[in-house]
Amino acid sequence: MNRAARAVFPHPLLTILLAITWCLVANSIALGSIVMGVILGILIPLTTRAYWPDAPRGLRLFKLARYVVLVIWDILAANVAVAWLVVTRSNTAMHPKWVVIPLELRRPEAITMLAGTITLTPGTVSADLSDEGHCLLVHALDAESAEEVRDEIKDRYERRLKEIFE
Amino acid sequence: MTPETVTLILDIAITISLVVGAVFTLVGSFGLLKLDDAMKRLHAPTKASTLGVGALLLASILGAFARDEPSLQEALIMAFLFVTAPISAQFICKVNLHRRSCMTPPEPSSDSTWATLDTADAGDAPAQHLTPEKG
Repeated sequence: MNRAARAVFPHPLLTILLAITWCLVANSIALGSIVMGVILGILIPLTTRAYWPDAPRGLRLFKLARYVVLVIWDILAANVAVAWLVVTRSNTAMHPKWVVIPLELRRPEAITMLAGTITLTPGTVSADLSDEGHCLLVHALDAESAEEVRDEIKDRYERRLKEIFE
Repeated sequence: MTPETVTLILDIAITISLVVGAVFTLVGSFGLLKLDDAMKRLHAPTKASTLGVGALLLASILGAFARDEPSLQEALIMAFLFVTAPISAQFICKVNLHRRSCMTPPEPSSDSTWATLDTADAGDAPAQHLTPEKG
């Protein structure tokens, strides 16, 4: 992209996202709301760019869409599993565990997405990040072994996020 | 398909979504009552806030289409909920870690400690501020 376009659209994806969000807020796809959405989509990234100097460039959108579908599917499946667990298993028979996940992701945006995914999938909640940001602390409601949960999260989510962001 | 069939199918879909949403919200609240420590309890509302609210919002979208006034604002509610729900969950985790009211987490494998437990630079002021008063 040339420099002029870059100056007007520092984050093109954010521009599109803000325009879509505005159309949804206004709940109309009339020309007026699209224009207003695009104006907001240009102004907001311009005024906030100083606070977000190394925003990710060139996300892999197709992979991101596939990731979102995968996460929604996992949320559905895990919801049923955890609801069953909560209703049927007694408190003493549950094995809550702390899981330490060594992170290969380095971008704050990617780590945020991983932590959010882990919390949204029932059964696991991301609790904390280590002081230098190289490990994620996850609490699992009921797990046989911490290693199993760690490997699953690393293989299922972290690997895909790495492909999307890096 | 006749308009009646379409209305019937929409009605059935709305009903299923409402029941699914209600069931998962109920299980989430039940879990909140039943589970016995703070960290385990945290897991119950994640169900209510994902599938529970998700299914109810889906019912709302379908209902709007059935009434011929299509609306997708619910998708926006869902998006904001998915972005904000993990933040509140993490705040509750951090409070538990601060107050040592849960199992002590294992050491991180590569860095020295967890961010919440790292009170070295902050002095002890924030930690003391958080301890409840005795009495």
